[in-house]
Amino acid sequence: MKMTTLLKASTAALVLSTGAAFAESHTMTVPEGVELADEQTFVYRVLDEHSSVDPGIVEDVSGSEIVRDLFEGLYNDSKDGSTLLPGVALDHTVSEDGLTYTFNLREDAVWSNGEPVTANDFVYAWRRAASPELASPYAWYMSLLSLENVDAVIAGDAPLEDLGVEAIDDYTLEVRLTEPLPYFPQMLTHATTFPVPQAVVEEHGDAWTRPENIVSNGAYVLSEHVPQERSVRTKSDSYWNADQTVIEEVTALVINDENQALTRFLAGELDRTEVPAGQFPRLSEEYPEQTVSFPRLCNYYYTFNLRDNGPEAFQDVNVRRALALAVDRNVIVENVLAGGQTPAYTFTPAATANFEPPETEMASMTQAERDEQAAQLLEEAGYTEDDPLTFEMKYNTSEAHRSIAVAMSQMWAQKLPVEVNLANQEWQTFLEARDSGDFELARGAWCGDYNEASTFLDLLQTDSGYNDAKYSNAEVDQLLAEAKTAENPNELYEQVEQIVAEELPIIPIYFYAGNYMMDEQLIPSWPVENVQQNWYSKDLYFVAESELE
Amino acid sequence: MYVYIIRRLAVAIPTILILVAISFALMYSAPGGPFNSERPLPAQVMANIEAKYGLDRPVIVQMADYVWGVVTRFDFGPSFQYTDRTVNDVIAQGFPVTLTYGAWSALAAVVVGVSLGIAAALRHNSVLDYFAVGVTIGAQALPNFVMAPILVLIFTLWLGWLPGGGWYGGDWEYVVMPVIALSTSYMASIARITRSSMLEVMNSNFIRTARAKGLPMHRVVMRHAIKPTLLPVISYMGPAFVGMITGSVVIDIAFSTGGIGQFFVNSAFNRDYSVIMGITVLVGMLTITFNLLVDILYAWLDPKIRY
Repeated sequence: MKMTTLLKASTAALVLSTGAAFAESHTMTVPEGVELADEQTFVYRVLDEHSSVDPGIVEDVSGSEIVRDLFEGLYNDSKDGSTLLPGVALDHTVSEDGLTYTFNLREDAVWSNGEPVTANDFVYAWRRAASPELASPYAWYMSLLSLENVDAVIAGDAPLEDLGVEAIDDYTLEVRLTEPLPYFPQMLTHATTFPVPQAVVEEHGDAWTRPENIVSNGAYVLSEHVPQERSVRTKSDSYWNADQTVIEEVTALVINDENQALTRFLAGELDRTEVPAGQFPRLSEEYPEQTVSFPRLCNYYYTFNLRDNGPEAFQDVNVRRALALAVDRNVIVENVLAGGQTPAYTFTPAATANFEPPETEMASMTQAERDEQAAQLLEEAGYTEDDPLTFEMKYNTSEAHRSIAVAMSQMWAQKLPVEVNLANQEWQTFLEARDSGDFELARGAWCGDYNEASTFLDLLQTDSGYNDAKYSNAEVDQLLAEAKTAENPNELYEQVEQIVAEELPIIPIYFYAGNYMMDEQLIPSWPVENVQQNWYSKDLYFVAESELE
Repeated sequence: MYVYIIRRLAVAIPTILILVAISFALMYSAPGGPFNSERPLPAQVMANIEAKYGLDRPVIVQMADYVWGVVTRFDFGPSFQYTDRTVNDVIAQGFPVTLTYGAWSALAAVVVGVSLGIAAALRHNSVLDYFAVGVTIGAQALPNFVMAPILVLIFTLWLGWLPGGGWYGGDWEYVVMPVIALSTSYMASIARITRSSMLEVMNSNFIRTARAKGLPMHRVVMRHAIKPTLLPVISYMGPAFVGMITGSVVIDIAFSTGGIGQFFVNSAFNRDYSVIMGITVLVGMLTITFNLLVDILYAWLDPKIRY
């Protein structure tokens, strides 16, 4: 997950210097009066084997889900993801210049081997995550935290001890930054910042995360792991808030095929699985109590190649506009995907916190008007049935991507003098082609790393590493730079969206929805309002059947 | 005979080396790499990773180092994807799973296939023969990726007798469906091979002689006909058994068994170089071993064969 800029939006809720704001410290997991089911075991499907459960290394979603259960960092996300709850840290103070954070740690946090969790465990973990020796793919996250000397440490030019993190005493952690980051506390819910037990890591080396060796400080301990099959975590009695943990055992089953997972869900072997592409309408009709759909913080788009070696036609904004206009997003959302997705006319999803998508011109038109304008624009650009606009549309091999690409190409071919060649590539090949500009029009999608518009809009910055279009607009760069320190950045974001809606370096198609089949006794506690889906098993519970009536 | 075996093993070594060289070349010519993702890593972080795994050295040096590690320590290196495991761990975990259901499948395929084939041949052009031929054609027309979901539908969803997937250390209820799904088409092939081979054997001179001696039918079959009948089955089974193990990816994915096939395919997608190499070499060695075993069995079954 990328986090290059600061989140100002929820800063107000986060710049908390005293414990008073954390009144919810010992929140009840289960609301009063709710009757619980007798059995509290949670079994869910994951698409792929996770890469690691080492907090310093983990980089994938399914691994992070496990790490959030096994380890606890300074802070936790609240259920809806909008505020922070105390983890190992009770509270913190910030120096006036915003560069020094001092965290006050709880004294009742212990590792699963009974040792206390101290500030030194964080110091060790952070140094380790940045060390060239570990060579973690997530070392860059430490660099985003803007810790003192972090880049020199990663490059091996400075000793680990120079990193801006220090234990004042066992329960006081001091962090020194090179620039003020109002969003800093929010970044501490990320796995890379979680503590690791030095003695255990040094004793077992890379194998310390195996169930027989691992020692962790979260609400669960890893009890079993069979790669490519399953990973089981059980409730930890040594966790400081263990009496509020309801779920006794959590099992992640690796099931590559989504249809097989669905069958096993229907056979009662799973409590949660994804709805296979295109099956939401049928399943929500047959199993209305067990299907859930909610907005996710992800967009889906196609990007033009605006490099000099890209197609000349795409340098013409009217051609790009014509293609964007002629895509009937309602058909894609309602007939092709049919799972609660929403049509997209901006780059930033509407579900983003504090972001109101501006009413763009295209969004306010009817599809008939759009088609008419599209035809007119291409005609003006000189394309005819005899001399059509020809280009290649590239996507990574997948049934769902294919059906969207086919629908789009059909829409264009029917309405416009356009000839599209569809080309699909295996994922790694596709990534390399898109990254190096070996494409004309390519599929893209992005999930927000944090809940603020800049996580998306930064992709449109000239020097962004993820700007596959190689789009460059000085005004956009300027507005986004201003937004980093602005009182109300959302106005600026809306201006950026308006520029993007006019220039269309990308064609926004739709915003994702999370589609799950879920045990109906689990649904009441599932954080559907958390658009990033950062969930913690310790916050979940199965209600008794009597609660469902 | 022993000289022959030693000679075959001596040829196996360069064969494996050529396999390693070709796999290395193919692997490195594929776009992407084990640490490429949708979100490109900063150059310094990537440099640290490449240094850690030795990927910053020339390919030829990496290959030499790899071969040296395998030959001297039987060490296939660390997995690039799964940091707490080596390739040896991956194989030690996935291979027994595949071997378990592979062996049961082979046994089921041979026992059922051979019996069906012999029965059909002995009752040539009878109802039993037509039935056996019908069953085998049907079984062969049903590939395992079709078979697997049908089995799950029937035994898991409708009847609720068996779990829809998983392995759990190989409890029998997790093994049944993978074995049926994997063995069916092999069983069909074996039945057809046995049937035609048996028909041919039964029409040969030495069987006629045996029957002319007045031997009862079951003795003719058991003592004289079975061995030559099984020769083509044996030569089929060598590569077929290796095929069951390497081709098990469909079974691994359909039943989430955690077998070697799943690792093989996922490592190719993830460009987990060391795992791809490890499993390729394993499969190469298996192929060579089973071909050798088949040849040795041949010599035992067929007195005409001398090495």
